[in-house]
Formats: sequence, C-alpha cells, structure tokens
Amino acid sequence: MNLKLKVWRQKDRNSEGRLVDITANSIPPEASFLEMLDIVNDELTRKGDEPIAFDHDCREGICGTCSLSINGIPHGPSETTTCQLYMRKFSDGDTIYIEPFRAKAFPVIRDLCVDRMAFERIQQAGGFITARAGSAQDGNAILVPKQNADLAMEAAACIGCGACVGACPNGSAMLFVGAKVTHLAELPQGQPERQRRVLSMVAQMDKEGFGNCSNYYECEAVCPAEIPATVIAKLNREYAVAGAKDTVGVE
Amino acid sequence: MNSCCTFLRSSIGKKLLVAITGVILIAFVIGHLLGNLQFFAGPHVINEYGTKLRHLPFGGLWVVRIGMIAAVLLHIFTTLMLVKENRAAKGAGYQFKASVQAKVATRLMALSGIILLSYIVFHLLHFTTHTINSDYAHWMDGEDHDVYRMIVAGFSNKAVAIFYIVAMVLLAMHLSHGAASLFQTLGLRTKKMACRLGLCAQIFAWVICAGYVSIPVAVLTGFYDKKHIGNAETPSCCEAPATKGAK
Ligand code: FES
Repeated sequence: MNLKLKVWRQKDRNSEGRLVDITANSIPPEASFLEMLDIVNDELTRKGDEPIAFDHDCREGICGTCSLSINGIPHGPSETTTCQLYMRKFSDGDTIYIEPFRAKAFPVIRDLCVDRMAFERIQQAGGFITARAGSAQDGNAILVPKQNADLAMEAAACIGCGACVGACPNGSAMLFVGAKVTHLAELPQGQPERQRRVLSMVAQMDKEGFGNCSNYYECEAVCPAEIPATVIAKLNREYAVAGAKDTVGVE
Repeated sequence: MNSCCTFLRSSIGKKLLVAITGVILIAFVIGHLLGNLQFFAGPHVINEYGTKLRHLPFGGLWVVRIGMIAAVLLHIFTTLMLVKENRAAKGAGYQFKASVQAKVATRLMALSGIILLSYIVFHLLHFTTHTINSDYAHWMDGEDHDVYRMIVAGFSNKAVAIFYIVAMVLLAMHLSHGAASLFQTLGLRTKKMACRLGLCAQIFAWVICAGYVSIPVAVLTGFYDKKHIGNAETPSCCEAPATKGAK
C-alpha cells in the first residue's frame, strides 16, 4: 500500500519544527507502524536524506519506549502501543499525520522523540519502596488480599510510555502518577512510605509543569496498558488524606 | 500551616477546592429549585416563603448570600488558575486535532461557566436587587413582597424567559460534567460506579434543568394564577404585566 505521511521534523530541542510531506511506497499491510517507518527511513537514507528519528526498543508492547501520535492520537487507532499497531489498520492512499507526544513537560528532542525524563524524576521522588537488601524472603510470607492484589496488578501494568500525557488536553500526568501511587498503596510493602510517597510524587509532578486533570478521560482511552482513570480518583484520595495528616502532623 | 498552603496550592489541592465549592453550589441549586417550585402552589405560598427567607434568624439570608458569593468566587478563581496552568502545560498541541472519548459538556465547561456567570449577574440585578426594574420592589401582597407577580412579569418578557431557559440548559451541561467529576476529584469514584455515575449525573442535571425551566414555560403558556395578577393594583408608574386585565 502507498501512503502520504505528514511527519513532524525537528532538528533538535531548540529548533523550530514543522510537518514535512513524505510518501511511503509499497508498504506491506502486515508491517507494524514502526516497520513502516523503517522502510521509509531506508528510502530516505538511500536518497542521502536524514532518517526520521523515533523511539523504540522491545517492539512487543512491553517496554513503553515507542511513542508518537498518529492522527492526533497517541499510539494511533490501536488499543496497544505504536509498535503493536499494524498497517492493515490503514487503507491504501491514506494521509497520516505523525507527530511527537505533545506536552510542555515532554520537550521534543528530535523529530518524533520526546524527553520523558520528567517521569523518571517523579518516580525518583517516591515511586519506590525502601526494602532490606538481602536474600529474598518467602513469597507467601506476606499475605495480600485478592482484591488488593488485583488492583495493584492492574495499576502496575503501566509501562510509563506517556501516552496519557500526550492525549490529555491539559498535558496532565495524573494517570501515570495515579497508577504508580495506586500500585504501591494497595500492597503491604508500600505502607511505610505511603503518605510521604504521594506528597512527594505530586509535588514533583507539579514542578515538572504537567497540567491538572479535568476529567476528559482521554488518557484511559489511549492507554495501551488499559489503566482505568479510577486510579486518578485513588490518587486524589491518597493525596487529600496524606495532605490532611501532614497538615495536622499525623504520621 | 505551611503544609496546608502547599496542599492548597498543589494541582490536586486546587482541584479539591473546585470540587468542594462545586458541592456547595449544587446544594444551593437544589435548595433554590425547591423554593422556586412553590410557584406552582400559588401566589401566597411563594410570597410567604419569600418573607420567611428574609426573616431567617441570625441574619441567615445574609449568611447564605455571603457564603454563596464566596463559593462562586473561589470556584471561578481556582478554575482560572487551573486553566492557566493547563494551557501552559499543553503547549502548542497537535496540528491534527483529535479526541477519543471526551464529552461535549466537558469541552464546553468554560463556555457554559462564563455564560452562567453572566446570567447569574443579570438574575441578581433583575429579581434580587430590582435594579433592572425598580417597580418590582414596591409590589406587595398584603404584608409580603409579591414575588409571584414579579416572576410572572419578569418571564412575560420573552427575551428574559429565553435567556433564562438557555442559561438553565447550560447549567444542565455544566452539572452533567461537574456532578460526576466531583466524585472523581473527591476520590470517591470507583470502577464499579464509573459507568453509572456519568448517567446519574446526566439525569440529575436534566431534572434540575426541567424543574427550573418549568416556571418560565408556565408563564409563557399562561399557566399561572391570572386572578392574582389581575387583582394586583398596578401603580401608575409601572409597566403593566403582560396579562393585565385577564380575570
Ligand atoms: S517498543 Fe517497547 S512498547 Fe513499543
């Protein structure tokens, strides 16, 4: 199939970017979206042009490295990641807009690559547990009720790709932070640092310049890991309780 | 105290403020509607109700008024701060604009909010301070202020009635998003209730809208106590209500 691409090209952080028309010819429908870009890049390299820069790693939907917005939607019209999107979802002759995830806190580094280090800094602010290093204890020694285990597991599915931020009209990272906070707040191992964690992570999230959720729920619609927006309700609740306790000095 | 300020200045703190003031405003919208519906119980009921409100113990009416103004201002001011931050956070956005599941009411929150605010200002000047028609202040029903006649006269003006109805439709849109969202912001929305919550908020919002709109519709269709309006003496200075003489 032949496609008309409108691809965001930007030299570096400080340059102005713009959409450039590129044609993609003889693309097999069984190619993934990223393989389609590989084919286009081969062609560009052969002609002596700069290939399109885009993020990718596992190409099997588990690492969260691939990004891109396809026709304005992060990861495009699939329920999964860009690497797991196949060209059969498109038709011959389609025009496809390919842009980087858009948010102030995710500056474009080059073409379709954005800097998502803000997520790492939020994680470093509190998205962990402090555990004794040593031989692992028996897995069944800490009992976790099934219901909590399910909620924690669902939230832990977040691969940190940033599609939620890219989709949010407010550039909010609350689905990501909600997932991380929910994941640990549901488990016994997360309890000792529960209060400090949510306060620090939200403070870092605000500092990074992410916006505020106003309940559009676009994030949950594009999330390749199907994290539900109810984790944001959980985040709000955790934050309100932690903030109240912190104000009156209860640990 | 310091941590309290940090809390209120944070993203979630501000959202909580909007939600809590939203709850107060929703309570008012319900209370005000229940008061208004006494229109259908006849002139004396609503006129007496008006007098009762004015003579609430401990200056209750003023407590409510000041509380409501504070809630409205806080609701708007906090929202403006959030909107400003959100615009900055999104930056330029996409060249190809798309959305997957955002509702129209959600996207129009700012618009519905602004038009509602302008309506509230008009409404207060019209029925509360009588600035728009100062004659209303002199209309009496025995000892009570003739609220009934004021409502009929007010809504007999088609432009006023239409503005009111449009504002109430926008109120329904604003509430259909707001009433569901406050559960999310207050951390009460769970997966189990997620889908029903949206529907319940819609039903709630449109029931409120129907309640409010029923009054101008009743006036416009002549469904009110014409005898009361006819009997009311019209001071020569006043423009006669549309139905003068209908007995
Ligand atoms: S490349 Fe790893 S999820 Fe797409």
